[in-house]
Amino acid sequence: MVFRDRIAATKPLVFVLCLLPFAHLVWDAMHGTLGTDPVAQLEHRSGDWALRLLLATLAITPLRRFTGWHRAVRFRRMLGLFAFFYVSVHLLIYLFVDLGGYWADIFEQIAKKPYITVGFAAWLLLIPLALTSTQGAMRRLGRHWQRLHRLAYLIALLGVLHYYWLVKADHREPILYLCAWIALMLARLRARPRADAPRSNAARLRT
Amino acid sequence: MLGLGAAALATGCGSEAASPQATAPQAKLPDKSLAVARHVDDANGEAQTTYTDATHYNNFYEFGANKSDPAARSGRFAAHPWSVEIAGLAEKTGRFTLEDILKNHALEERVYRMRCVEAWSMVIPWVGFPLAGLLDRFKPLASAKYVAFTTVERPAQMPGMADRILDWPYREGLRMDEAMHPLTLLAVGMYGRELPNQNGAPLRLIVPWKYGFKGIKSIVKIEFVESMPRTTWNVMAPDEYGFYANVNPAVDHPRWSQKTERRIAGTGFNLFGNRIETLPFNGYAEQVAHLYAGMDLHKYF
Repeated sequence: MVFRDRIAATKPLVFVLCLLPFAHLVWDAMHGTLGTDPVAQLEHRSGDWALRLLLATLAITPLRRFTGWHRAVRFRRMLGLFAFFYVSVHLLIYLFVDLGGYWADIFEQIAKKPYITVGFAAWLLLIPLALTSTQGAMRRLGRHWQRLHRLAYLIALLGVLHYYWLVKADHREPILYLCAWIALMLARLRARPRADAPRSNAARLRT
Repeated sequence: MLGLGAAALATGCGSEAASPQATAPQAKLPDKSLAVARHVDDANGEAQTTYTDATHYNNFYEFGANKSDPAARSGRFAAHPWSVEIAGLAEKTGRFTLEDILKNHALEERVYRMRCVEAWSMVIPWVGFPLAGLLDRFKPLASAKYVAFTTVERPAQMPGMADRILDWPYREGLRMDEAMHPLTLLAVGMYGRELPNQNGAPLRLIVPWKYGFKGIKSIVKIEFVESMPRTTWNVMAPDEYGFYANVNPAVDHPRWSQKTERRIAGTGFNLFGNRIETLPFNGYAEQVAHLYAGMDLHKYF
């Protein structure tokens, strides 16, 4: 296979890497090696990877701005779509494996339980982002595309909140995710061209 | 080496004849098995949780907040020798060795459902004796309306205590009539063996109609008190964990539903079909509902 450049050549590797946690999950599920509460394991692990990939997607912009490695943006769509994939797997596990015969309870849960509400909202908000992730959609939406895709910050925050609210007492891990989110947010704001900066400079930064 | 007098147990059911001399450490049974006087299945014949699952999926935050921490990090914990302080409003108080505590009580096996407030459950064969029998020995005064329990505090042996996740020591409590109820058990073993450290060795409380966090582990103090004692989870989040903490599908935890639970039991492929309906008082309503007659269970949750 001939690749256009090194980034294109690396993409299949990143694809496989992103798929590994899922493969591991399926392997453990099939071999009964998920531990005492396999359903909780499936939920926690798929949720962890969803959060990590959401944050990884958000890290691309600051990474470009601070390292000057602008072509990193070419991994962003794949990471974002994998984040959507893991959030969807997480939701499906909750619905069909965990709730099982009680899956209709989901409506009550979404309405009444804040952590489910925000988790579900995050998944819903990801749908338009996934649908508009193509080059064609980017072209058609023009500058609206970027505005729409800033939702990714809100979505990641909802994901962190979802985690924080379901923990009983030990909030250290969700707080770590929250810190990562805040750091990425600050990095983004700092890396942003100042409004009074010369146009040419702003344009240069954006490429 | 459950001084519980291996001898007493080996001869069958800690009878009153057990002499304190019989508790020499050499008498330790290699497999730590316990002899029981009778078996009662109070879980309707439902499939039991495996020993491995019940001993490797624990909430015992003194050893760490992950479910696997207690089994992995409780190896240094020394459950023997052990003593329990009996205090408060009773005729007899003082410090008693574990052997003293146990000597007059025939051990029995009770299979109970265990419903965690996190909406999962197990079915576990405990070995112990009714708490009522022990409390009676100390002749509680009429003014004693509640019983308060405290867990041991040993930061050097309990690595989870370095993190101030909860306000140590762990405390729990029961109303006197709850404490005296025949279903309320002081357990020293499970699955016919001594309690492993991660399950609350050497002495823990089991109150099957309440959420699992009421079942305080590794008890070092039992106090008779007049007013409702402060309990760890209730102090930490009073809107989420009540003093009573009776299993009740009609009263949700503010953050998650309590209508159903995921049952962890049996062996083999267990991914699907684990969710079952939660029963009022964890299925023990017939035996205990009268204790709460006339009380608004939404208010006194």
